[in-house]
Amino acid sequence: MSGRNPSTPPYDQTMPSAAPPATAWAPVSFEARMATVDFRVGARAHITVDGDSCRGCTTKACVTACPANLFVPTSDGGIVFNYEQCFECGTCYLVCNTEGALSWTYPDGGHGVVFHRS
Amino acid sequence: MTDFDVIVVGAGPAGSAAALVLARAGKRVCLLERGPFPGSKNMYGGVVYGRILDTLIPRWWEEVPVQRWVTRRGTVVMTDEQALTIDYRTTAWGQAPYNGATTFRADFDAWLAEKAERAGAVLVCSTTATGLLRDDTGRVTGVRTDRPEGDLTAEVVIACDGVNSFLAKEAGLYLHPEAEHFTLGAKEVLGLPRDEIEKRFNLTGREGADFEIIGCTQGIPGGGFVYTNLDSIAVGVVVSVTGLAEAKARPEELIAGLKRHPMIAPLVEGAELKEYSAHVIPEAGFDMMPELTCDGMIVAGDAAAMCLAAGIWLEGVNFAIGSGKAAGEAAVDALAVRDTSVSGLVGYRSRLEAGFVLADHKKLRAAPGLVMSNRMQQAYPALVCNLVEGLFTVTNPAPKPGLVSLGRRELKRAGVKIRHLVRDAITAGKTFG
Repeated sequence: MSGRNPSTPPYDQTMPSAAPPATAWAPVSFEARMATVDFRVGARAHITVDGDSCRGCTTKACVTACPANLFVPTSDGGIVFNYEQCFECGTCYLVCNTEGALSWTYPDGGHGVVFHRS
Repeated sequence: MTDFDVIVVGAGPAGSAAALVLARAGKRVCLLERGPFPGSKNMYGGVVYGRILDTLIPRWWEEVPVQRWVTRRGTVVMTDEQALTIDYRTTAWGQAPYNGATTFRADFDAWLAEKAERAGAVLVCSTTATGLLRDDTGRVTGVRTDRPEGDLTAEVVIACDGVNSFLAKEAGLYLHPEAEHFTLGAKEVLGLPRDEIEKRFNLTGREGADFEIIGCTQGIPGGGFVYTNLDSIAVGVVVSVTGLAEAKARPEELIAGLKRHPMIAPLVEGAELKEYSAHVIPEAGFDMMPELTCDGMIVAGDAAAMCLAAGIWLEGVNFAIGSGKAAGEAAVDALAVRDTSVSGLVGYRSRLEAGFVLADHKKLRAAPGLVMSNRMQQAYPALVCNLVEGLFTVTNPAPKPGLVSLGRRELKRAGVKIRHLVRDAITAGKTFG
């Protein structure tokens, strides 16, 4: 009898770990991620944000929820919005709790996001 | 005389099915699409179930643009480090009439719209319907578009303008959409060589795999999916819009979390991002549906919340086609008797109720709430995984625990009371039974 703890035989220490590497795929910057999407940018901003209304907003849920990351908080507590890479999904107006902060329409015909393999 | 008998807004699967039915009946139909081509605004989360097409396009499977035919369906319950999969495969789904297919919406939607066009519908792309035309009585008489002098008049407008349906809202059919009723789907399409996909997913030829996952959204109510295209795979999450906002989580980070999972990581290793996409989904089914008609207008597809998100059944394109077809048929009948008021359009609802669209939605109306509940999202995945782990972990020299004692232990660990389990089982039994 070796007196060894039977649950920790010595080979456990020498076997390579079966765990996969933490990231098995190359991380993609957000800019590169959005560069995979075809946007036919129209001249008119189809969504406008009233930054003044946003100053009183405590949640600013749009900032994290927008899948295209288009809502950017400003140093004075407002929000600026870039419409060019918008998926036109509607998440922002659904999570917005400030009446009148967002005006939301679809882009003019033929413009906006164009999915090819989704 | 009106410009058209019917204007269909949106050349997605609902709109194209409606336009196809109407054009075949000899009606003057305009099919409006705001994207540069049908499908360009659309994405989905994984499988098109095509049998609804049997009645519209005989032998549709011989021509439909398909990536792969799903012959392997995995239903996965997951925690951060565990996964239990019910992995079903059958050769039957790889033969006509097939069961489900993966496809690109840019291909599928364009194919269906072309069917409508060939039958005589006038497809007008790159044109956004910006509002409704109405007469003094409030009756819908057409749509305003963003083309110069772009007003179009018709006896009936069929609004298939998608989940955000501004037309249904403007008509007063859908006045107060609640954010709680919507989910956000975010997806990555990842390129991999075809033979590598077949090796990783155990597929041959045009066989495809679809995994639907619960417990992979970091505590935010929702789920995830992985499915195969021909030379790409799609990985995505679907999460409660309000849950996402409260958690202050980023959608792409939720996808990254799923891709890091030990079950998923080997499937996506080395794959290169080809297209990132996102779309909102009407998740709450029957309980969120708007009024389906008003004088001169019908609402179909996602615009009418016809998408089915019932946990083990996640379907949308087939429900869109089914509702669009019913809308087209109801409009044909209404035009025949020259009554396109609400009472003239009553055939729409009766058709939906007689078929799968409203029958399934009514039967499964409790499913979205059950699937999105805290217990189903967090407690049960951990409970089930731990139970199976306890069952299959050999604990020598300790003897095997009995199933009953394992069950008691895991219920306690998960903080689930027997009465909760029984209540959820009864709800599930009533809903899915």
